[in-house]
Amino acid sequence: MTNPKGRFGIHGGQYIPETLMNAVIELEQAYDHYKNDPDFNRELNYLLNEYAGRPSRLYYAEKMTKDLGGAKIYLKREDLNHTGAHKINNVLGQALLAKKMGKTRLIAETGAGQHGVATATAAALMGMECVVFMGEEDTIRQALNVYRMRLLGAEVIPVTSGTATLKDAVSEAMREWTSRIDDTHYCLGSVMGPHPFPTIVRDFQAVISKEIKVQIMEKEGRLPDAVIACVGGGSNAIGSFYHFIEDKEVRLIGCEAAGRGIDTFETAATVNTGRVGIFHGMKSYFCQDEYGQIAPVYSISAGLDYPGVGPEHAWLHDTGRAEYVPVTDDEAVNAFEYLARTEGIIPAIESAHAVAYAMKAAPQMRKDQIIVITISGRGDKDCAAIARYRGEDIHE
Amino acid sequence: MSNIRNAFENKKAFIAFVTCGDPDLETTGAVVRAAVENGADLIELGIPFSDPTAEGPVIQGANIRALKGGVTTDKIFDFVRELRRDVTVPMVFMTYANVVFSYGAERFISTCRDIGMDGLILPDIPYEEKEEFLPICRKYGVDLISMIAPTSENRIAMIAKEAEGFLYIVSSLGVTGARSEITTDLSSIINVVRQNTDIPCAIGFGISTPEQAGKMAELADGVIVGSAIVKIIGEHGKEAAPYVGEYVKKMTDGMRK
Repeated sequence: MTNPKGRFGIHGGQYIPETLMNAVIELEQAYDHYKNDPDFNRELNYLLNEYAGRPSRLYYAEKMTKDLGGAKIYLKREDLNHTGAHKINNVLGQALLAKKMGKTRLIAETGAGQHGVATATAAALMGMECVVFMGEEDTIRQALNVYRMRLLGAEVIPVTSGTATLKDAVSEAMREWTSRIDDTHYCLGSVMGPHPFPTIVRDFQAVISKEIKVQIMEKEGRLPDAVIACVGGGSNAIGSFYHFIEDKEVRLIGCEAAGRGIDTFETAATVNTGRVGIFHGMKSYFCQDEYGQIAPVYSISAGLDYPGVGPEHAWLHDTGRAEYVPVTDDEAVNAFEYLARTEGIIPAIESAHAVAYAMKAAPQMRKDQIIVITISGRGDKDCAAIARYRGEDIHE
Repeated sequence: MSNIRNAFENKKAFIAFVTCGDPDLETTGAVVRAAVENGADLIELGIPFSDPTAEGPVIQGANIRALKGGVTTDKIFDFVRELRRDVTVPMVFMTYANVVFSYGAERFISTCRDIGMDGLILPDIPYEEKEEFLPICRKYGVDLISMIAPTSENRIAMIAKEAEGFLYIVSSLGVTGARSEITTDLSSIINVVRQNTDIPCAIGFGISTPEQAGKMAELADGVIVGSAIVKIIGEHGKEAAPYVGEYVKKMTDGMRK
């Protein structure tokens, strides 16, 4: 019988080489043990609070709210976490778990570099070796993050295969893991890959929605009408949605990178343009051609530039519980600039996709309605690329 | 039972891997025929995939060349139909789950039977996920080949008991590609396999020299060689067939001396 574990509807599973099977089984057993271990959770909470700076703020964006003239807008400030993004939530959990498992080396893929930086940070903190795979294209787009990783003691390996972006970094990290399993944990950065990764990463990111729920109850005495987050693999989105999934009155909206538009080939909007497939260890939606060849996707955002989406999102889409909307480069860049000017907050270009959709949705909503936007990361890393997009050549 | 067992009748089998369409299907046809003429007993035909996560740089390169050359699953099916007019040794496809899934598993596997393919190797389908394709493979008499890795340990018996066609023993950790040394304790793995099944087992990953082939053939029922052949094709392109033939001869001599 097929192992039913790790399925979200038809999605998920463990589509990986036999070489890795015992490694993921070992990981699952360790996680099942430690997730309920009081000492593990005490240690993790200590790190999240004292080191990463949790809980992150839920900020009422008053100027933006007034300017858009509709729903009341709150920003969940994951950009204020240590290392500047939500990625640290997952990485601290996985690094601690890996350490408990006796692993001494972390490997990771990274797109925008945020997950790589977070992994390098956790490795430095916990005295572990760290190797980060990053598409060569992305090492150019995100040169500053490459330097940060090296500064933190990690080795950054530019990946030249395929499209030299995030998907190829994932492939290369998987290849590396099959060649060195004993001492190495693959610290996957999103809610994707084979079971148990989508569940582990989801659980570690669920702190986002857990906090939102408490914070919005304190501030407003009720749940929000919509939670909006950007979706590449989907870790900050699932983290933002998770504790609201049972609250059917809360709309859950994932913003996909449409690149130059979902009617073009230069897009990374997986749910909007993809089909069900099997890749990178999971069944889910993927951008692919009629023969199942994975499509070379495109987005201005290196972090959303991925041809698949996490299996739980695929399932939330299938069941209609969450909506997945496309946001173009242009809309995201406008939102990037808008939030900077309106609220004095420079969001990551990834998060700007969520801001862009909120800018369209808020004016359509009543003033007594509430939107929470997750600002998954800060935008310092994107300034040079956005300047270039606007035709201004600045050097970092 | 498919024809696969014939490849192992009264001899150690030499299994040659070729990526279809690298650099074009005409070359693939010539390479397959040259390999068979020089002693290959079973042919593993790779259907290229954009992101072959189990492959090292050599076979990744072949996948890229083949896809750039415009090969598709349908073109490969037509090619095999033509190949089957004179090539009678057992043949299996090696590809990734999404190639089969996206074509429609039933449509893909029934076509395999129609064109005379004997088996299917999917490196990203482990034991836990084989129900996705196994019932359909059984329905059409196409063997779904199971793999055992150096890390399989407590899983070997479980996998071996349900294996069909032949068992693909992965010699080393990591991806495909030549290795100077194979350090896995393969004889222990094969001992456990033998206690649980009588289907033949073949060792692959990292084998490139006649000496290695000879050593592996002492342990197992067959030897699988991929990257070393693909490398020759990469070097000689459309002229590769005689060079592959010469290489296969050296390897089969090494195994059978």
